[in-house]
Amino acid sequence: MSENKQANFVIVDTGCANLASVKFAVERLGFVITITDDINIIKSADKVILPGVGSARHAMENIKAKGLVATLQQLTQPVLGFCLGMQLMARTSVEGAGKDEVVQCLGLISTDITPLQANNLRLPHMGWNTLTQVSDHPIFKGIKAEDYFYFVHSFAAPISEYTLARCQYGSEFSAAIAKDNFIGCQFHPERSSALGSKIIKNFLEM
Amino acid sequence: MLAKRIIPCLDVRDGKVVKGVQFRNHEIIGDIVPLAQKYAEAGADELVFYDITASSDDRVVDKSWVSRIAQVIDIPFCVAGGIKTEEDAKQILMMGADKISINSPALRDPSLISRLADIFGQQCIVVGVDSFFNQDANNGEGEYQVYQFTGDETRTQKTKWRTLDWIQEVQKLGAGEIVLNCMNQDGVRQGYDIKQLKQVRDLCNVPLIASGGAGEISHFVDVFQQADVDGALAASVFHKGIIPMDELKQTLKNEKIEIRLC
Repeated sequence: MSENKQANFVIVDTGCANLASVKFAVERLGFVITITDDINIIKSADKVILPGVGSARHAMENIKAKGLVATLQQLTQPVLGFCLGMQLMARTSVEGAGKDEVVQCLGLISTDITPLQANNLRLPHMGWNTLTQVSDHPIFKGIKAEDYFYFVHSFAAPISEYTLARCQYGSEFSAAIAKDNFIGCQFHPERSSALGSKIIKNFLEM
Repeated sequence: MLAKRIIPCLDVRDGKVVKGVQFRNHEIIGDIVPLAQKYAEAGADELVFYDITASSDDRVVDKSWVSRIAQVIDIPFCVAGGIKTEEDAKQILMMGADKISINSPALRDPSLISRLADIFGQQCIVVGVDSFFNQDANNGEGEYQVYQFTGDETRTQKTKWRTLDWIQEVQKLGAGEIVLNCMNQDGVRQGYDIKQLKQVRDLCNVPLIASGGAGEISHFVDVFQQADVDGALAASVFHKGIIPMDELKQTLKNEKIEIRLC
């Protein structure tokens, strides 16, 4: 039996809506994956995907209500966040927060999510955009700047020491960030055609 | 750079893809899942599925096909038709749709837009607007007016909204994207309504998708260059093989329009 057949992959049930499309994207690659909010199953997984759409405030409320904050913070296996899932890895986000307030996120990567500085371009930043820079990380194996990925967002992680890939829309922002075992993509790999699938595959085979 | 989007639209009735002329006389084009897969593979940037009878018949879209589409395609897709409540929207998004589009129910209850945007995020709430140019209106000057229940010609009716007012209203309420269906042009393949789209573009700060009128490749070039829309939606030219996706995208690229080649 191959290693992958035995591997135990999990999608964290954050209560957000795009769980099914993430699961289908993994299954199209021939892998088996479980959607769960069970603490023990998440802890014992070999790889964890953290999806998310909607606002940071709603998602953090869901994660808190499910009692998953500490579990997610203590994961030592590779974790990949998609879109809002990436943003939840930050310290804070202003999305969905009241005036002069911030939403406390998981604090796994020392960056803060702020409104995308689109400089009069239309928001949300919605559609297929190219990466402007890609670093040498296993998750981006076979991916280069100028490749298109599907983005849908109005908030973003600024460029920082944690930036793995960059994208430009009015200003430059992080298309992907990482620290240790935590990796996040601002775009939607599950909706980014063949190159998006390649990123998911890179992660699951890492 | 952000690419302009090419969006095949599949009008769905009873799980089959259909196409009518000016919203009428629908003929069956084919099965929904293989068609969706074919377009994703051909390089479509996004797909829209409209259950054209749903709002009119007072029933919700038959949802099983949403999940079957999500299983096979790896590009974003939007589902429209009969989404009247938060629960309807949730069900469709949970089955794997990336966006939902509302039209007649938003006209009946505009606050639905705000409620959906608050729960699911502005990014997945699309508002479809069916706009018809009435030559007789506005003392014979003519006016763009919003229509509802356009899936069923016996129930299609004018609303109280001028198109340009409704466009501004839905943005205030939290629409993340607007699809403007120019009814005078729909199905007749004489080109997009550039004049109307330009007026709407000036008032539209969220992504705007042009719909209705595509007949040849030059129509796509025109709508992107002249009306600066974010995406162009079309149905019959793709379903009938009049415009091959690769030739369309290569032509747009040659015209210096930002486009994702596949």
